[in-house]
Amino acid sequence: MNHIQVYDPPMCCSTGICGTSIDPDLINFAAVLVQFTQRGAKVERYNLSQQALAFAQNPSVQELLKSEGTECLPLVFCDGVLRFKGRYPTQEERRAWVRDFAAEDGER
Amino acid sequence: MNILPDYQPDPAHTTRYLFFTGKGGVGKTSLSCATALRLAEAGKRVLLVSTDPASNLDEVLETKLSNQSTPIPGVSGLDALNINPVEAAAAYRERLVGPMRGILPEAALRSMEEQLSGSCTVEIAAFDEFAGLIGDPAGASTYDHIVFDTAPTGHTLRLMSLAKAWDQFLDDNQSGTSCLGPLAGLEKQRAIYEVAVSTLSNPELTTLVLVSRPQRASLREAERTSRELRALGVSQQRLVINGIFRASCSNDDVARAMQLRGEEALEQAADFIKSLPSHVVPLKAINILGIAGLRELLGNPVAKLAASTPAVWQAPEMRRLVHIIDQLEKKGHGVIMTMGKGGVGKTTVAAAIAVALAQRGHAVHLSTTDPAAHVAQTLDGQVPGLSLSKIDPVQETADYTAMVMAEQSAQLDESALALLEEDLRSPCTEEIAVFRAFAREVAKGEKGFVVLDTAPTGHTLLLLDASEAYQRELERQTGASQPAEVVHLLERLRDPSYTSMLLVALPEATPIHEAAALQEDLRRAQIEPMAWVINQSLHGCGSCDPLLMRREQSEHRYLTEVVEKHASCVAWLPWQAEEPVGAAALLKLSLSNIS
Repeated sequence: MNHIQVYDPPMCCSTGICGTSIDPDLINFAAVLVQFTQRGAKVERYNLSQQALAFAQNPSVQELLKSEGTECLPLVFCDGVLRFKGRYPTQEERRAWVRDFAAEDGER
Repeated sequence: MNILPDYQPDPAHTTRYLFFTGKGGVGKTSLSCATALRLAEAGKRVLLVSTDPASNLDEVLETKLSNQSTPIPGVSGLDALNINPVEAAAAYRERLVGPMRGILPEAALRSMEEQLSGSCTVEIAAFDEFAGLIGDPAGASTYDHIVFDTAPTGHTLRLMSLAKAWDQFLDDNQSGTSCLGPLAGLEKQRAIYEVAVSTLSNPELTTLVLVSRPQRASLREAERTSRELRALGVSQQRLVINGIFRASCSNDDVARAMQLRGEEALEQAADFIKSLPSHVVPLKAINILGIAGLRELLGNPVAKLAASTPAVWQAPEMRRLVHIIDQLEKKGHGVIMTMGKGGVGKTTVAAAIAVALAQRGHAVHLSTTDPAAHVAQTLDGQVPGLSLSKIDPVQETADYTAMVMAEQSAQLDESALALLEEDLRSPCTEEIAVFRAFAREVAKGEKGFVVLDTAPTGHTLLLLDASEAYQRELERQTGASQPAEVVHLLERLRDPSYTSMLLVALPEATPIHEAAALQEDLRRAQIEPMAWVINQSLHGCGSCDPLLMRREQSEHRYLTEVVEKHASCVAWLPWQAEEPVGAAALLKLSLSNIS
């Protein structure tokens, strides 16, 4: 799990604090990404309102946007495989994700 | 106090950047234009820039301006441009969304546009333009001087402190995107922001010109701005006191009182005036419009005006303020907002209404969103039934941050909490915090009367615009938990039985036209003002001073214009020999009747 790509719905900032209400899953998610980065993963995070080009350049993202609209966001890919769609991971899912990451890390 | 020298800009000793600041209505635009004109006529290349969303630079220069520099006809070497932050935001939005048309599906484009309609985008876009001019060496390199006719003080402070806040924010923030746009894109901008910040605090490059009227509140405001900007590193400052009046007609009580009031104000601010280079500009008989008028503003004193016989003139029908208070009282509760360009007396009118309602036995809450307000000074003591509060951006931001941290701490991991704390340092947090405070004050109108002395025009517009963008955001995020007061804000502002908007203006060209423009903006937001209040009118003052008589006569067309063109209900308030301070003086003012 060396490469994580996140396609966020349009928003101001990565924790959502600029919005009108705060989603704890979003902040926790941002924190997990920081952990992954610190452990050597390549994390790319794109925001529809500011980096729309990245959405257009990824055929899978382009396809999902066409068929499902912006409700499919956020999209989270790990090494090109879609892992989360339409929401940020819950606490359980984050824990599982961190465990998977550590396991793969161990294999390497 | 020693006689202060007249303000005469010296082209040989003028920094490259000049910022004019002061409470609205003090003559910033006239003085910045006259200064730019003087520099251009001395052979310099000058760019004049307005960053005020309610700018009247077009009117003063009698030239249609845009966000591209436009040569001013008849003045070689002088160009001007008008940065309207709302339009700048639209352009910024188009830069991001435009290239995606035909590439991304329609829903995604709409979603982008929606997100880019918030108040953050307006702030960013305005700052981008501003920083581009002073921070980008290529931005304005062909000019010798760039003169900024800055927005009213509160906005100016925010604009300038943002330069620092954002610079710090960029230093500290390391993860993800930020309000300033994708971090990748920011790397390019960053150098420009850094230059902008260091230019502002370089006395060799930047002069801050504080403009004030010879009035206590106006001078106090200038002093406060001076202190705050000095703390932000803007050290090269000078003060220009605009509109000094010397009576020329003996035995004229009005003229004597006006001169005395000015002298007392200067005396009270003596320490401040002595603390920096200070200059004066004498009061002129007419509003300064057009190139010829601007030359006259800083020109040689005009030959003594001949006395003129007052023309017979029948004033249009205007009401006493108390008539409006009667109508407000009938509503039983709700929000009363006094709006208009800064310096027109919004605080006085708000305080007069609040005091009258309180004395009639109602529970009244007087609150201000204007960082420059002086509500407490105007009231000068407690009034039974009347409570007072202030929306202080610093305090509101601290409270909001603490609340968010407390609310989230149970649900967040330690590292996520640290990340949240870091992101809450973003300048957008203040915007949200102030907005919520505004909604909270408006909600209090359910239980009693709330009188809001709102911020100057430009800021007010942004605030209302934000509330609409906010409303859309709320609708988008269904299920998100929101304070009820925020959800109901716009609906309350639009309900005439709940919110009464009063537009306050002076009987002069610029304030009247700005109030009319504000009224249009409110109507676009589906808000209909209840009435206009014309303040500080010289009509019927009985002065025999030629200057004051000219000014009185020049009011006629504006009083007529307001009644015939702008408002069905107009209240009239006379010029006061003494600043109305305290409950008794405010009540007396509300009973004034046009003769």
